[in-house]
Amino acid sequence: MNEAAIPAHVRLQLNEQGQLRHFLTTDSLPRGLLTEILDTAATFVSTDERAPKKVPLLRGKTIVNLFFEPSTRTRTTFEVAAKRLSADVLNIDIGRSSTSKGETLMDMLWNLEAMGADMFIVRHGDSGAPHFIAEHVTPKVAVINAGDGRHAHPTQAMLDMFTIRHFKGDFTKLTVAIVGDILHSRVARSGIAALRALGCPDIRIVAPRTLLPADAESLGAKVYTNLTDGIRDADVVMALRLQKERMTSALLPSEQEFYRLYGLTGEKLRAAKPDAIVMHPGPINRGVEIASDVADGAQSVILQQVTFGIAVRMAVMAMCMNGQGHVPASE
Amino acid sequence: MSDFPAEGKLNGRLAIRGARVIDPAQQLDAVTDLFIADGKLVGIGSVDGFTADREIDAGGLVACPGLVDVSVSLKKPGAEHSRGMIRELTASASGGITHVVCPPDTFPIADTTAVVRQMHETASAARRSWVWMVGAMTQGLAGEQLADMGALKQAGCVAVSNRRRAMSSAQALRRALEYAATFDLAVVFHPEDAELAAGGCAHEGPVATRLGLPAIPAMAETVAVARDLELVAHTGVRAHFAQLSTAGAVAMIADARRRGLKVTADVAVHQLLLTDDAVDGFNAMAHVRPPLRSLADRDALRRAVAEGVIDAVCSDHQPCEGADKLAPFPSARPGISGTEALLSLTLRVVEQGALTLPQAIAALTSRPAACFGIAGGSLRVNERADLCLFDPAARYTLTDEGAEAMVSAGRNTPFLGDQLSGRVRFTLLGNRVLYTRTQA
Repeated sequence: MNEAAIPAHVRLQLNEQGQLRHFLTTDSLPRGLLTEILDTAATFVSTDERAPKKVPLLRGKTIVNLFFEPSTRTRTTFEVAAKRLSADVLNIDIGRSSTSKGETLMDMLWNLEAMGADMFIVRHGDSGAPHFIAEHVTPKVAVINAGDGRHAHPTQAMLDMFTIRHFKGDFTKLTVAIVGDILHSRVARSGIAALRALGCPDIRIVAPRTLLPADAESLGAKVYTNLTDGIRDADVVMALRLQKERMTSALLPSEQEFYRLYGLTGEKLRAAKPDAIVMHPGPINRGVEIASDVADGAQSVILQQVTFGIAVRMAVMAMCMNGQGHVPASE
Repeated sequence: MSDFPAEGKLNGRLAIRGARVIDPAQQLDAVTDLFIADGKLVGIGSVDGFTADREIDAGGLVACPGLVDVSVSLKKPGAEHSRGMIRELTASASGGITHVVCPPDTFPIADTTAVVRQMHETASAARRSWVWMVGAMTQGLAGEQLADMGALKQAGCVAVSNRRRAMSSAQALRRALEYAATFDLAVVFHPEDAELAAGGCAHEGPVATRLGLPAIPAMAETVAVARDLELVAHTGVRAHFAQLSTAGAVAMIADARRRGLKVTADVAVHQLLLTDDAVDGFNAMAHVRPPLRSLADRDALRRAVAEGVIDAVCSDHQPCEGADKLAPFPSARPGISGTEALLSLTLRVVEQGALTLPQAIAALTSRPAACFGIAGGSLRVNERADLCLFDPAARYTLTDEGAEAMVSAGRNTPFLGDQLSGRVRFTLLGNRVLYTRTQA
């Protein structure tokens, strides 16, 4: 591919050899690279299904968890992943930190870089914030997007891809339905982009019109407003978390109505293939987007997603440090 | 021998020889000579007994009326900031602009005659582009209590506006329009429904959808234009619609004109060149308000300028300093620093075949002047000589570095680094040379 044909946001993420150096979005990344992430993650999983052992790949590296939005789960899985790679982890809680004192985002980053940060794990309410940080950090510092606004959550997408591949194998024969608040979902955007890159032929999104973005088909998914139609014969059904504030902003009348029409119940799930897996990025609103017996049922792989998430984040961190030219520590 | 007079007072009698003189107001487009004495244009073609003290050999150059830019933000009029304002007016003069219209969201807000006078005084002392103020329609632009519009008119305001700030209600807007109409004061509308646009930062369409950017739908503009036109029709106020961005709004303005409403409109030049594709990669330089829209919108805006539905092309100049744009896309301050490239970018629209050169010059001179009743925008004999001389063939790079760096304090433009054509060589306002560029 010639240089000009590669979108700028892809070039920003890759070094001259085409290796990952920042991980900001799955959009337009080559299939080979996504497969490499999954394969690398598999090497971390295979040692022990439940708890990958500690490896010294990032010994001496300082990883900064920079969370501008509260998150316990995602931050914890990044922290666990970093520690399994033997890195030092610094958690910066922005709520109690300095941007509230008028320090700009860039001032803060330069200060953290001066303290020897090698990698930033960024969650931010603004779409594009990790992209902005990656454009402005000094060379050799990697940026991993842990969720930015409605834009992307690429490590979530890759752990979802890992889970799908683990249970279903070949992406090129699958039907995957994503159900719920597509409009506000970075998980959905990154998931769709990753599924496209990996060759999934039938990607569907299911939501009422108020929770669909404009030109939703342009994301590369088929749009359904009826749940049963949307998940019919699906191999994978992914429910999204519904935020409470959607009710106060006139996007939905009530949780009850949403559950009745779009909540994933055992009865509705019968429209999907009998061996369909049920996924959810968490945390779950039981009785809103998913019934308890489905979340805890035989088809649910929600807890496996969490376990795989650590291995996938280890893989992405190790690959980005490598792509930034950091030599892995020897044992 | 070309002899460009230096910046400052123009002494004596000046002849400009052999320029292609374009003055759409007089349907003039011919290679001819211009004669200026005591700051007045005394003749076009020939003047009996004129003996020039200096002559400019303007072969290959275009002479047109000085540009009238109908939206130039000069945010800070206070004494400590007057240098900043002088700098912006120096920038606009170097872009061939002799008249700028400044919206009322200055600091402090232009809702009193004191602020308006201070703006005029600072501009007058700067001796650069002439500043025409739009006064605030409500106190503090808060959308509730009316500003002293009668006094603002007496202080020289050419119009009033609430800028892009919402009025508290349709009733408050109706009252404000009726009050403005009492003084035959034009009202500038920046049509945007606040609720439909709330939280948005990019055009609602595939790009915003893919990037997960909170969107501003086209209907945020069209709903506002529809309501505003109804109120204009019922109040009889003179209305100017500023910086339109949608095909729908253009169609409504055209329809209102056919019905006989006194409405005018302008568009920012970047809307004639860019679409929401420019936002891709979270390019904060392309974060503007209203947002860059679809290709269909851009093409409708181009046609509207060519057909005269849109009167004026402006820069919508909004200089941003360092930290304003150094932020993630949604948090970056919207706006483009535009005066210096206004002419060149409009010429790019001409190069792309969407406008003729006379149409483009009209949209930069006589027609914006008419929107605001500004004395200028044409080359009339025995009137003040407001003119711009530019080299249409000269290519240059818009840059923020070195000797040719942009003059404005704001280097926020998505066109930075672009090759542009059309170098301004000389800007004259009466007996004052606002800008001169001796080197081609």
